[in-house]
Amino acid sequence: MSFDYDKYIRPGKLPHIWCPGCGHGIVMKGLIRAIDTLGLQKDNTAIVSGIGCASRLPGYMDFCTLHTAHGRAAAFATGVKMAKPEMNVILVGGDGDGTAIGGNHFIHACRRNIDMTYIIMNNNIYGMTGGQFSPCTPTGAKASTTVYGNPDPAFDVAKLAIGAGATFVARGTAYHATQIDKLIAEAIQHKGFSVVEILDDCPTTYGRRNKFKSVIEMMNRLKDIAVPVKAAEKMTAEQLEGKILTGVLYKEERPNYTDEYAKVIERAKK
Amino acid sequence: MAKKVAFLQGNEAAAQGALYAGCTFFGGYPITPSTEVAEVMSVELPKIGGKFIQMEDEIGAMASVIGASLTGAKVLTATSGPGLSLKQELIGYACIAETPCVIVNVMRGGPSTGMPTGPSQSDVMCAKWGTHGDHPAICLTPASVQELFEETVRAFNLAEKYRTPVMVMPDEIVAHMRERIVFPDPGELEVINRTAPSVPPAEYKPYDTSFGDVPPLAAFGSGYRFHVTGLNKGQDGFPTTKAAWVQAEEERQVRKVDANIDDIVQFEEYELADAEVAIVAYGSTSRSARFAVNEARKQGIKAGLFRIKTFWPFPEKQIAALAGKVKAFITPEMNLGMCTGEVKRCAEGKAAVHGIFRVDGEPINPGQILEKIKEVK
Ligand SMILES: Cc1ncc(C[n+]2csc(CCOP(=O)(O)OP(=O)(O)O)c2C)c(N)n1
Ligand code: SF4
Ligand SMILES: [Mg+2]
Repeated sequence: MSFDYDKYIRPGKLPHIWCPGCGHGIVMKGLIRAIDTLGLQKDNTAIVSGIGCASRLPGYMDFCTLHTAHGRAAAFATGVKMAKPEMNVILVGGDGDGTAIGGNHFIHACRRNIDMTYIIMNNNIYGMTGGQFSPCTPTGAKASTTVYGNPDPAFDVAKLAIGAGATFVARGTAYHATQIDKLIAEAIQHKGFSVVEILDDCPTTYGRRNKFKSVIEMMNRLKDIAVPVKAAEKMTAEQLEGKILTGVLYKEERPNYTDEYAKVIERAKK
Repeated sequence: MAKKVAFLQGNEAAAQGALYAGCTFFGGYPITPSTEVAEVMSVELPKIGGKFIQMEDEIGAMASVIGASLTGAKVLTATSGPGLSLKQELIGYACIAETPCVIVNVMRGGPSTGMPTGPSQSDVMCAKWGTHGDHPAICLTPASVQELFEETVRAFNLAEKYRTPVMVMPDEIVAHMRERIVFPDPGELEVINRTAPSVPPAEYKPYDTSFGDVPPLAAFGSGYRFHVTGLNKGQDGFPTTKAAWVQAEEERQVRKVDANIDDIVQFEEYELADAEVAIVAYGSTSRSARFAVNEARKQGIKAGLFRIKTFWPFPEKQIAALAGKVKAFITPEMNLGMCTGEVKRCAEGKAAVHGIFRVDGEPINPGQILEKIKEVK
């Protein structure tokens, strides 16, 4: 029997706004499967996003959903989680939302190690506004504001998260669709701030400008550059040139923020 | 039983007022001259199982309180000028998503970093016009430590009752002075909580106007699932661009305040019955004004004071009525004429309006006001 996604979709909210070939829908399906695997209760789960195409995801999902302002998802979500630590809090959003305008909130959520899961859909571009370069656009790439080639270096989202203190960091791709739910499920189960970066695609504003002839070509690129961490161990630096590691990149046990604050409450009450 | 009496700083009183009102969540970012509010909340909230969080900036602080409010908590943040500028983005969000929250903004000199420890009243326009778009605004300007306590309680009541952000804006003098305060007993001051939904979850809509202009607000995690967005939304909470819905919702959001002005606006009239010169003042400046009125009366000049307690919505009706009676208004304020402009607007040329403006970090003293009274009488 095929998987029943409708169980988790708000009645009447589809079709979604995403373009044909957009990777964001693949991520949403992965998230739904992960939620199903873990048996998360709809009433007890908040899905929080910023602004952008990726950030439209919560509106389709039959949960407590909060579509915030550009870049602010992590800060809103921190308020939700602090006030109701018993809720599962899942953040979703795009690369621009999370690493440009929301960069500050992102790194501080990592630092606090607050028990939430952040799924960042990295299509290397500001999709919603028509394809301006983001902090995740590769150097040299074309965007509507870098027609001569992007002079900016790009963030490595996973490294950024690890450096800032996230205690679970994973990476997948929209091509490797069946891996997405497993990474997300493991991230949600992890106690602490977990980040799952999913490399996906924006055929409409990125593919077109960067000489991808089709969505298939964009997907094939994801297939070609992805190397599972295990496989990478046996590869030379030369072989890893231009590749991107996928799988669970980092995992650490460290006290999480709401548990630590519960201790503050205990001390204050004494 | 004798009431609890204390010698408190204004900011401490604001924090105590928030606790009296049932605040259980504070999200903030330190800034002079408001920091004591955060400090007291960091000490007191965990004692009652509440939550205090110091966020990475004021935008994050504002976001955290809105998030917490959506779980049903009564929430507070505190800041000052530069922080208020940063909070504006999400004050607008709280307006459109109709999320109750209270913002204490202690007014210091501006713009920009301005005069961090100098008193000012130059944020009053920012309270109404700071965030973009049409939106409701409620702003209270207390003049004493006792009043800062009581007005903070009232701010929570208004926020909860009207599902909207409410600002409490003491100037730095009121926030930092120490005065005797008599704590109201529990139950003595009214404490209002937001209306919870009466319909089952399946029928719940977060902006259901069949319940009136202020629809009930459910809490995340309470069995009600709903969507919250900063986009223009329909009654079901989902984004819409349907012209009629957008228009209706925008108008309703503003009407929540506009149709309830008499419930929200508070003021004090002092020696106004026969006054020929009316001083319109607020915050610490109103204390100097009262002194000046007393002095003027001793000298046989018919002066009076209209003290603004609720700056937004502005007491338009009252000022307009006064304009028909007095010869002149005097509007002392620690800015370059913000309230003055409002008084002129309401007076519609029926009475002259004379401003006294100071932006040098010094308070406006009674002598300065008395001089002006004599000049214009
Ligand atoms: C404060 C603010 N600045 C700018 C914008 C305009 N804006 C909307 S979405 C977006 C970029 C979104 O890009 P990303 O997060 O990568 O998501 P994508 O659309 O690519 O999925 C921008 C710049 C905004 N909505 N708010
Ligand atoms: S513009 Fe790009 S990111 Fe947005 S929906 Fe279309 S393909 Fe997806
Ligand atoms: Mg993007």
